[in-house]
This record gives sequence, C-alpha cells and structure tokens, in this order.
Amino acid sequence: MNYKMHILVCGGTGCRASASAQIITRLEECLRDKNLEDEVQVIATGCFGFCEKGPIVKIMPDNTFYVQVKPDDAEEIVNEHIIKGRKVERLLYKDPERKVAVSDSKHMGFYKKQLRIALRNCGFIDPENIEEYIARDGYSALAKCLTEMKPEEVIAEIKLSGLRGRGGAGFPTGMKWEFASKYQADQKYVVCNADEGDPGAFMDRSIMEGDPHSIIEAMAICGYSIGATKGLVYIRAEYPLAIHRLQVAIKQAKEFGLLGENIFGTGFHFDIEIRYGAGAFVCGEETALIHSMEGQRGEPTMKPPFPAEAGYLNRPTNVNNVETLANIPVIITRGANWFNKIGTERSKGTKVFALAGKINNVGLIEVPMGTTLREVIYEIGGGIKNGKKFKAVQTGGPSGGCLTEKHLDVPIDFDNLLASGSMMGSGGMIVMDEDDCMVSVAKFYLDFTVEESCGKCTPCRVGNKRLYEILDKITQGKGTMEDLDTLQNLSQVIKDTALCGLGQTSPNPVLSTLNNFYDEYVAHIRDHKCPAGKCKALLSFHIDPELCIGCGLCARNCPVDAIVGERKSPHFIDTSKCIKCGTCIEKCKFKAISTR
Amino acid sequence: MNENITLKIDNREVSVPKGTTILEAARGMGIDIPTLCYMNLEGMCIKNAPASCRLCVVEVKGRRNLAPSCATRCENGMEVHTNTIRVLNARRTVMELILSDHPSDCLVCAKSGNCELQNAAIKLGIREIPFQGEQTEYRVDLSPSIRRDMSKCIYCRRCETMCNQVQTVGALGAANRGFGAVVMPAFDLDLKDTECTFCGQCVAVCPVGALTEIDHTNRLIRDLANPKKTVIVQTAPAVRAALGEEFGLEPGTSVTGKMVAALRQLGFAKVFDTDFAADLTIMEEGTELLGRLGAFLNGDKDVKLPIITSCCPGWVNFFEKQFPDLLDLPSSARSPQQMFGSIAKTYWAEKMGIPREDLVVVSVMPCIAKKFECERDEFKTNGDPDVNYSITTRELASLIKRTNINFMQLPDEDFDAPLGESTGAAVIFGASGGVMEAALRTAYELQTGKTLDNVNFENVRGMEGLKEATIDVNGVELKVAVAHTLGNARKLMEAIRAGQCHYHAIEVMACPGGCIGGGGQPLHHGNSELLKARTRALYTEDEGKHLRKSHENPYIISLYEEFLGKPMSEKAHHLLHTCYFNRGKEFIEQ
Amino acid sequence: MTQIKLSKCKIDQLVALCDEHGNQPGELINILHKAQELFGYLPREVQEVIARQLNIPVSKVYGVVTFYSFFSMTPKGEHPISVCMGTACYVRGAEKVLDEFKRLLNINVGETTPDGKFSLTSLRCVGACGLAPVVLIGEKVYGRVVPGDVEKILQEFQ
Repeated sequence: MNYKMHILVCGGTGCRASASAQIITRLEECLRDKNLEDEVQVIATGCFGFCEKGPIVKIMPDNTFYVQVKPDDAEEIVNEHIIKGRKVERLLYKDPERKVAVSDSKHMGFYKKQLRIALRNCGFIDPENIEEYIARDGYSALAKCLTEMKPEEVIAEIKLSGLRGRGGAGFPTGMKWEFASKYQADQKYVVCNADEGDPGAFMDRSIMEGDPHSIIEAMAICGYSIGATKGLVYIRAEYPLAIHRLQVAIKQAKEFGLLGENIFGTGFHFDIEIRYGAGAFVCGEETALIHSMEGQRGEPTMKPPFPAEAGYLNRPTNVNNVETLANIPVIITRGANWFNKIGTERSKGTKVFALAGKINNVGLIEVPMGTTLREVIYEIGGGIKNGKKFKAVQTGGPSGGCLTEKHLDVPIDFDNLLASGSMMGSGGMIVMDEDDCMVSVAKFYLDFTVEESCGKCTPCRVGNKRLYEILDKITQGKGTMEDLDTLQNLSQVIKDTALCGLGQTSPNPVLSTLNNFYDEYVAHIRDHKCPAGKCKALLSFHIDPELCIGCGLCARNCPVDAIVGERKSPHFIDTSKCIKCGTCIEKCKFKAISTR
Repeated sequence: MNENITLKIDNREVSVPKGTTILEAARGMGIDIPTLCYMNLEGMCIKNAPASCRLCVVEVKGRRNLAPSCATRCENGMEVHTNTIRVLNARRTVMELILSDHPSDCLVCAKSGNCELQNAAIKLGIREIPFQGEQTEYRVDLSPSIRRDMSKCIYCRRCETMCNQVQTVGALGAANRGFGAVVMPAFDLDLKDTECTFCGQCVAVCPVGALTEIDHTNRLIRDLANPKKTVIVQTAPAVRAALGEEFGLEPGTSVTGKMVAALRQLGFAKVFDTDFAADLTIMEEGTELLGRLGAFLNGDKDVKLPIITSCCPGWVNFFEKQFPDLLDLPSSARSPQQMFGSIAKTYWAEKMGIPREDLVVVSVMPCIAKKFECERDEFKTNGDPDVNYSITTRELASLIKRTNINFMQLPDEDFDAPLGESTGAAVIFGASGGVMEAALRTAYELQTGKTLDNVNFENVRGMEGLKEATIDVNGVELKVAVAHTLGNARKLMEAIRAGQCHYHAIEVMACPGGCIGGGGQPLHHGNSELLKARTRALYTEDEGKHLRKSHENPYIISLYEEFLGKPMSEKAHHLLHTCYFNRGKEFIEQ
Repeated sequence: MTQIKLSKCKIDQLVALCDEHGNQPGELINILHKAQELFGYLPREVQEVIARQLNIPVSKVYGVVTFYSFFSMTPKGEHPISVCMGTACYVRGAEKVLDEFKRLLNINVGETTPDGKFSLTSLRCVGACGLAPVVLIGEKVYGRVVPGDVEKILQEFQ
C-alpha cells in the first residue's frame, strides 16, 4: 500500500510510560473516522532519543516534530496537520534561547551536533516490520559479506574500521573476531551482550527496541566471519519490550530466509536464540555472562582462557555488546574507510550516551568520538536544569568517575576519559549540579557495587563493603581524616587485586571524587557540613520567620506533621519529628525554608 | 608438547613446562607465596583454584594490575616479582579485609593453631585490623558429625568443590551474592536434612573453623573418670598411619605401638583394634560374596550383583540417599566399627561379666561419618548404641596433648586380646582397595581351597580414582572394581542403573585415598604426598604381619567356634548384618 | 526420608515445564523464569521439584535463585511497587521517594506488607530517565514523583 503520509510515534519505553500507545490508538481512531486509514499510516517506532520532551510524534514527509504529545492531542493533529496541512503550533518544540517554535528536528540544538550511526534507524522505522529495515539497506551488508567477501576479509574490514567495543573497556572488535576465528571447534557461538545493567544507561535497550534487525544482521555477519552458526542474545528479563521486538524480528528474519539454513543460497546457516538475564549487573562481564547462559551463578572466572578459546559450553565464543553490533552493518555497506574517518585517532566512529540527571534535555544521543563534554552538555543537553551551576558529570556508570569543569573541553574518547580518571563504560552520562553532594554520589555508586558484587573475590566482596561503610560514616559526619587515606589505599588495592572488571573499576567513583572534590570530603569531616546540603545527618531544616507568611502549605504537605504554627503567622519545624525529606522546601513558595 | 617456558621470578631465571602457573613455578624455586583458597591434591584430580582470595597476587611486569599467581600461567620472558612493596601492601590489605569479616575468637576456636587463615595472618605480620564494619553472622548448625559455623567462612569454596565436584553430593553450594555470599545447604537447612553424607571432606579441607567435627573429647574424659563405667576403645587401621603427624613425625610413620600405649595411659580399660572386626567383616562379606556369586553362576535370577562393600558410613549414607532403588546391592555386613561394637557388647561383655549399661565402647576413627553411624537406630539395643561414640584421629591427638602424655617418649605396646588381634588384611582396610584385596585373599582361598602364592593384588592399590582387576577363581573370572571418592562411586552406580556394569564386586570408600584421607585425619592442607605416605605405611605394616589373611586370624576362628557358629549364621546375621533404608526425598502430592 | 509437599497440579505443571526445556541443567534460569511467572515466586518446594527434574542438587538451584535479584522466594504483594534507583532518578531525588514509601508502608525494600497488598523493591534504571524519578506500581508508571505524591499514589490502590 502506498501511504501519502506517515505518523511516527515513539514506542520506546520512556514514551510508552507517558501513554504513547494510547496516542497511537487515538490517532488511528481519528484517521478511521476521517477515512484516511489508507492514506496515512501510524507507526510505532523506536526511541527518538529526546526523552525529556516525550512522547514524541513525527509527521513524515514534512519532518514535523511534535513534543510532549498527549492522547487527547491526536484529534487536533489529524484535523489540523493531516487534513488541513497546518502545523499544531503548541505541540512544536520551543527553542529555549530564541523562544521560537522549531518544527524540524534538524534545527534543534539537541539534534544538530549528533551523528546517528548506531541509532540510524531508531525513530525512523517500524521495528516490528522487517521490510522497513530492508528498505533502509537492511541485510545488504550480510548479503555483501556472504556473496562478495571471505570471512577473513570481513574481519580485516572491521579491523580497518577501528571499531572498539562499546560495552566498557573498548577492546578492538576486529581483533576479538580474529581470535575467535582462529580456534577450531565443532561449534562456535556469537553472543550479543544485551544485559545492560549500568543504572542510567539505556542505549542498548533503545537499539533493540528501535532497530532489532541491525543486531540480527550483525550477529550473522560475525557468525560468518568467525565460523559460528549459532547466535545467542543474552538480554535482561526487565526489558519486556526489547525482548518482544527481538522475538518478532528473529521470526521475520527466519521467514525471509535471512536466518536459518542456506542464507542467500550461499550454504551459510545461522540461527539466533534468546537467553534471559535475571538481574545481575556482573553478568555484563563476559565470563559471568557465559556462566549465566549455562544456567549457573553469574560469577566471573579468570581469563585466560578467553571466551574466544573456551566460552559458552567450552566452545570458542565471541561476545559483543549491542551498540558495537549495531555499527557492523553500516561499516560493511559504507566501508571501513568511511567509518574510520569519523572520530579521534584511536577511537573511531560515534558513541551513544544516555544523557540524564540535572540537564535540560534528557535523552539518548549519539555523537562522533572527539566531541567535547561542553558540546554535549551545553549544546545538545541544553545546559543545566533550572539555571543551576554545573558541578560534575559522571561517565561510565559504576565503573566510571566524576569529571569537572576542567574536563569540559576534553574531546570524548576511550583514552581521554581514562586519562581523566573516568571511563567510557557503556555510555551513561549523568550531569550533576551544585545541589549534588559528591560524597553521596560516590556512596550511591558503591552501594550499587556492593549490591551487585558477585562476592567471589575478597577485594570486591569485602573491600567494596568497607569502602561503602567509610563513605557512609563520612556522610554521617563521623569520618576522620585517616579515613581519607584508608579510602585511597583501599581503592587502589581493590583496583589492583579484584578478579573481574566490575571489581577492578568499582573504586573509580571514590577515587575520582577524592581527586576532584577533596575539599568536599574535608568539609564533611572537619566542619561536619555537607556543602551541597544533601547529607541528612548533617542538616537541620528551619523556617525563616521573616519570610514565612503562615500559609500552611508546608504543614499540610509534611508527611510526619513536624511543622506547626498558627495560620498567617510564622511556622516552626519540630526537629525531633522532622525526617528531613525536603518536601516542605519544595512546596514553600516563599523560599522561607532552608537547611543549615 | 613438552615445550618449556623461561621466565624470571624475583630476578632469578627459571624454566618450567608450558602450562605451569606462577605459583607452581615460584614454589618450585622455594619462594613461598601465601595462598588461602587454592588447594591442589596433586595426582588425585582434586583442585580448587577459583583465584578468589587474591592473597597470592604478584606483580608481572607490563601488566596493569596484580596477577593471582595460582591461576596465571607462566609465559616466555615474563618478569615476576613476588615481594614488591605494591604486592606486600595489597596482600596485607586483602588479609585485613578477610579478617574484618571474621570473628576474632581464635583462642577458643577448634582450628586455633592449625588454621590456614591464622597462619597466613602470622606470615603477613598482621597486627591490627583497620577496617570496622558489618560482619556476616550465621547460626551454628550442629549435626551428629559436623559443626557448621558459617560466620567463620572466608568463601574459599574448597568445601563446595569437595561436596560437588569430588563427592557429587551437592549438599553444600554457594548461595547469595556480594557481601552475603556464603557456602551453605539449600535454604540454610540443617545438614542432617540435606543430601549430606557426613563424609567430612568439607571439614578436611576447610582452612578455617567454619566446618569442624563434633567434638566428643570432653564427654570421653568424663566417661573415663567415671568409676562405674568400663570404657574400652577400638582404633581404626588408618589412625595409626596418620596420628604421628600431629606430633611432628614424618608423614607415613606408623605409630601403632605408641598409640596403644597412649590410649592405655588415657585410662581405657582395654585397648582393642577395629582391625579385629575388619577380619570379621571379611569373613561375613567374603562369604556373602561367594554365596551371591555362586547363586548367580548357578542361574539364580533373584540374586543381585555386583556386591558392594558397606564398611564406609559416608558411602552408606550416599547410596541410601542417592540410589534408594539399588539398596539390595551393597553387602548387608555392618561396618567393622559396628561389628566390633556388637561383639564387644555381647560376646566380650558376657565373657567379662560386664553389664551392658556399664560398658562404654569408644572408637577412634579417621572418619567423621562414623559419629553419625554410631547414632543409627539399627545399631542400638534398647536405645543403647553398640558403639557409644566415636572420636577422630585429630580428637585423639588433642586428648593426648591435653593429658600431658609425651607421645614421642611412649614405649610401643600391644593391643589387648582377644579383640586386638588382627591380620595384615585388616590393616590395609585403611587404604583404597584394601577391603577388596583382603576379601580376595580370603575368598580365593575359601573358594579354591588353594593357598595364594602372592597375596598382593597390586591392581587395586594406588590413588587412581577407579581401579579394576580380574581374578581367576577356579576357572571363574571374578571381575572387581574399586572406587574412592563418592564421585567415582556415582559413576559406577549410574552404570549399574543403566545395566552397563559387568563387575561382580565393588569396593567403595568415600574419601580420597580411602580412610587414610578421611575427614577426621590430621589435616593434609592440600598436600597429597601426605596421603600417599599414609598408604605406604599401611602396606608396609601389612607386609610385616605374620598373618595376612583374615580367615587365619586365630581369634576370629575361636569367635566363630565359641559364639557365632559360622559366617552368615543366624546369630551372625543378627549381630553383624544390617539393612538399608530409603533416605531419599519423597514428593508428596496434596 | 525428607518429605516435600506440593499440590499435584503444581507438580504436574512444573514437570511439564522442565520437560519443555528438555530437563537440561543449562536451562535452569529459563525454567526459573517460567516457574516464577507461574507461581509468582519460587518457594522451596518449587526449587526441590525443579532440582529433581533436572537431576541437579537443590543447593545449586538455591544458589542460582539467591544470586539473581529477579528471583524471589517470597510472594510479591498484590501491587508490587518498584522505585527506580538508577543514577538519573537518584540525582533527582528517588531516595527520598523510596524512604517515603518505606515509611508509609512500614516495610523495607524486599518486603511485602502483612496484608499482602504492597511489596516494595528498588530497581536499576527502567530507562525512562526523562521522567525521573520514576515509580512503577504493577504496570503503571509514575514519573517525576516527589515524596509528597506518595500518599496520594498509594491511595489509588486502597
């Protein structure tokens, strides 16, 4: 059927949480009412990335980009835009600086600096329709590999592209494939690591939700290169939508003969199965992941032997992360020499970041390697929320570190981030402002690591627990200056001795905050003060009688009835009852409540 | 294949075969890198090297982080340093971390003085624990054999390896994760409610005091001091081959005479030998074997083969729980410990005129499953156990030290008669293959009426996990197999279940190397040479014996003449045989 | 003999489930996922039956169940509450929201209210960072939650 127009509605998890499914239903109803269902097609796409402004609705071919759409807006979109050709002004994105409506996403600050390679299809195609993927050159890379290239040529191309693993450590992908190809075995495996566990990173999920076929195609290409006929996707059970889309995609690929026996009549066969994670961050580590796929506890084991030699069921196994794989088909179709011109000397291509925290434009972004943090935070991210002051940006999740003002002009790539005391990790990027306490942030990450440690090796099992306890002590105002030395030494030893990548990087949040925010630690210890006003034990709430007009809003909202006072006269906080939740500060319209 | 690797460790060049770990190479050069989780019983396929304690880290030039020497293979041109300040600081910190989650009750811990954690802490010169914080706490689980106190667990997971890989019992497994990770039975059940066989191999390898035996020494001291009680003792064959180690003697030194003297000094009324009962076991079990074999060869379809030994209480627990469908295969003969108890409390007590209630029979065993065996209802008369309780080799050593006996200066003394006399066949019960060899010596002669020229059956000796032999007995090819460790036993049992087993008789011992490697023996701390030395001690003792076949033991002959009649008689059945129970899991539908 | 009691239909369902996966120990995690879907949680009896069917020690099953946070040995509440504690939600105040749920329900994370109505868990990043802090109750998503909203949200389920 030839549609004249398409309405693309974001069907990613974030937008679905804001009722994007209902928007689709309402749009379809409206179109039916107007007998337009044969002319205009509504498509649920993957994530557009601009989650801050979700749900996103995009009208094609005129590229109109509507933000924060509600189901009730469907009628107006159909009546005005579709039928009358008039844009619904109030749903357009407003440029925060120029205060004008922008209808085409190309002109939005959020998208201008982005270069979408891994996310090329997210938000453009219906992920549950293989034909749309094929229409955008999908599976042509696989066809090219199978019919025109020898396996070693494919590997050479990937090596030449300079692609490095996007899951954390940035190991060169081509070399990994080459290792796996060198080992002989009756069966080899290609594993897609879709156990995205970094809290605050969701690019893998978005790719699987928005462009599942790119993963399938890449896995088949990898299988062809290393001599594997079986693929496994290890995916978090907490990602039901991604699982569903992958299942649909695998089924369709099989129906189209793009998976299974004798693909493209070349005699190559390849199949993909899905394995489910069950909530263990450590399973992102490849040996742990493999044990988990074998039905065991997800505990890492020593390397060597590397999975390339003895992986799943002791067979040679190549494990790549989702974003890494998403790059593969484009590298093949457009050539390694196109890809390796993007990025920096040792980090080629682009990187997807999940931009979140105290930033105006929360969302999923993809930028060329070498883009600076300043460009990401201020141009794409639109600066700090509520006009607050930038304090730090945390990259790399629990394995990474906090970078500061002085790092803002560092071009982002694997090596620069490492040199700055952080790391690329899976691409979480959390922006923090003056209200964030860096000791608490370090404690937050250690809490995560302690909970997610498998417990196998001493430094991670006990060491991280002790790090957490010392940080907790400091946030309680009970720390000593010696504790800072202990933190430093213990962190170094954990890095030096832990068994796997999780443990070896877990002290990074502590070390980077110690390096960059030493004074803040000292303030907690010597002055018993939390400069950001976050550490409850070091705070007391009080109401300024000069500013309080006695409206009673704070008292009504106080969950523990700790605020008393006569109407129209200044109120007081009973500190013995106060749980320091901060609700009163949020509610007070006169800024009369503050912490000391 | 025999490619050699050359590397430098602490500036000294060394050449090792490909595949050697840094730890092995360093130890070969006399560099003693500390370890905790690592355990390798060489030549026995028993290895625990999870590389998890991180105590053995070393610095490898060009490597970003420190390398665990136990699991890092040597490579050509490697430069390893085992004692740089970075290494020493890391090791000390790791040790302090372990200790920060370990109770500091060393003075009253059963393992004090023999604790690998304590020794490592001493070696590393730990003087304080800079980390305070939460400690993991668990309840103490007491079973008839094992005391389980996981608050002391350091998560080395040797016990898990023994229980799963080696024994295939699976009672213990890793549970939880992170700081709460611990080895425990499913649902933290009491061990007695699990598949646990009480083989005690977890206890034998635990580096700390988390898994220890139930200690009966104080109970024994009280009984010995009670003037109303006659307390007699029996000692298992493997005890004499290992007890000396506790007193600094060279492993493999047999201390039978000193042991008897020590027991006498401790105040036992009589010092008897389980070996006597071992000879008795051979009479009963050997007769049962010949009976079953004869019936089988005569075409009796009801008779089941192979006959499997039943001396080992860990093994008995194992098949009752894991192979309840095959309960008619093991010999009905009781274990030597229980045969001894039964005879002591009937034949001997009657002879001596001691009322049953005044007689306390104690056993010294290399084993902790024996403690459980003592408590079995089948082995009680009106609630009174045939063997009141059992202590381990380690407990005996502790008692000797406690009572100011200078073991080294003791004279060699002989066991008391009549239950102290034994043959060489009984002595070798303590080593894997020994029961089978003893049975063959007797069965052959009883069946053929001929005298064996060579009583040594070398095929069934040694540390091989599964051994087999074929013996021509009057034209009949008798096929036998010997398994030690329950994992090897399982292989045979599963073959039997599948109808693929062609053996006529099988010996099974639960512990590696047989009783010499029992859970109650002096701790081997991962040194398999110790086990081999103990084995040699038993075979040497056998060689030196005047009598080496059970049926030649004159006291056994008179026991049958005076009391039992003949092997497998009704009286023998009543006193020396038992039956087995299905102790597996039952699923009840509601 | 250790007795394990379970209703016949449940045993049959579990046996069928294990059969579907070929009774392969490698399929343990997949089987546990399905069993948890079936029963809501994984009590001892369920683990015992799975262990028997796969011919592995129940300690191994228990070891896997206690390793992965997705598996639970206690029944979830009628309305399972999950507070996202991903970094984005954390820096936007998720901890206070979680504290308020704990206070109002008088339970800790991982627990269920005595009436079985609510259970409380924290989870790591649902990927709706634009809506941070995010709370999930059953399938329903609440975005930009502040502590003051919690009482109101709970009332929807009373």
